[in-house]
Amino acid sequence: MCTECGCSSTGHSHNLEHESRTIRVEEDLLAKNNRLAVGNRQLFAAKQLLVLNLVSSPGSGKTSILERTLTDLQGKLKFSVLEGDQQTTNDADRIAATGVPVKQINTGAGCHLDAHMVGHGVESFDLVETDILMIENVGNLVCPASFDLGEDHKVAVLSITEGEDKPLKYPLMFQAADLMLINKIDLLPHINFDLEQCKAFARQINPQIEIMELSCHSGAGMQQWYDWLVQGANRKRH
Amino acid sequence: MWTRECPGFFKKGCALHELSLTQNIVDLATEHADREDAKKILSITLEIGALSGVVAEAVEFAFDVCSKGTLAEGADLRIRHIIGKGRCLDCHKEAAIKTLTHVCPHCGSLSLETVQGQEMKFTEMEID
Repeated sequence: MCTECGCSSTGHSHNLEHESRTIRVEEDLLAKNNRLAVGNRQLFAAKQLLVLNLVSSPGSGKTSILERTLTDLQGKLKFSVLEGDQQTTNDADRIAATGVPVKQINTGAGCHLDAHMVGHGVESFDLVETDILMIENVGNLVCPASFDLGEDHKVAVLSITEGEDKPLKYPLMFQAADLMLINKIDLLPHINFDLEQCKAFARQINPQIEIMELSCHSGAGMQQWYDWLVQGANRKRH
Repeated sequence: MWTRECPGFFKKGCALHELSLTQNIVDLATEHADREDAKKILSITLEIGALSGVVAEAVEFAFDVCSKGTLAEGADLRIRHIIGKGRCLDCHKEAAIKTLTHVCPHCGSLSLETVQGQEMKFTEMEID
């Protein structure tokens, strides 16, 4: 029997107008990125990797902190580095000079790395031989906050030349970060920067955030950061 | 506020994260529409929280660009705005908040945890 008109023949069409229907989707706008990030996270967990997503404004010293860290921890921890920038391989060249495996991702017009780029970015690395994967995001305090890459922690770098109120101006980023590195503290005597106020602003946005003060130029405070990295990598190895 | 009049706000050159998000919206919508054998997408409803960091106007503009030539072209984009709400970690009361830097109106504490307003969700769509 035809299910549309109830007559006994079946081989005819009705050409009925379709009625509009509403369907529930209930998906996060970042669902696609989040699914890929979950895939990355599973891969990283299987390889027992600690993965950090370094975020900051341009010029805060992310690459310089990395250079010094990779050099100082040589022989203690094995790193791989993904470098995100709109253009140039300048940062990857600096990292490559330390002897650590590095891959540059150029986002072109894009303002952030996403989970898809990172998934492909790590394909050339020997992840079994890596303890820590460092992902240096595009210098931007806005967009990278929303995109999960599959990392364990976002690490926000803030240099004292940027002013103490950055956490208030770009709260999403400091809310998303688990650790804040206040860099360039060797310049404190020369710059009008209220360190305690900066920390208070960050904790106002994110009461749980961990904060370290350091200078990758003078080396002050770097040991605390290295200890944090070693402990994090050890936890991953079970 | 970014609008279509702003220089540089076009598909290839736009660097805003709203463009990636909107591309996701169109991909999700057309996937669902294909699964339902729809001929056209009539409307798409989103929920965007005041604290999500997403500019609704940028999504609206990017939607026109991203949906061109797809089943979602011409669909009515409906955006429900969700207000921000926080819970004080000190006095445990809730308060409406407009930014992530709010002060608790009950006890003056600066430690407020966001409980609502960070949504960016594709809730439903109408298809034909």
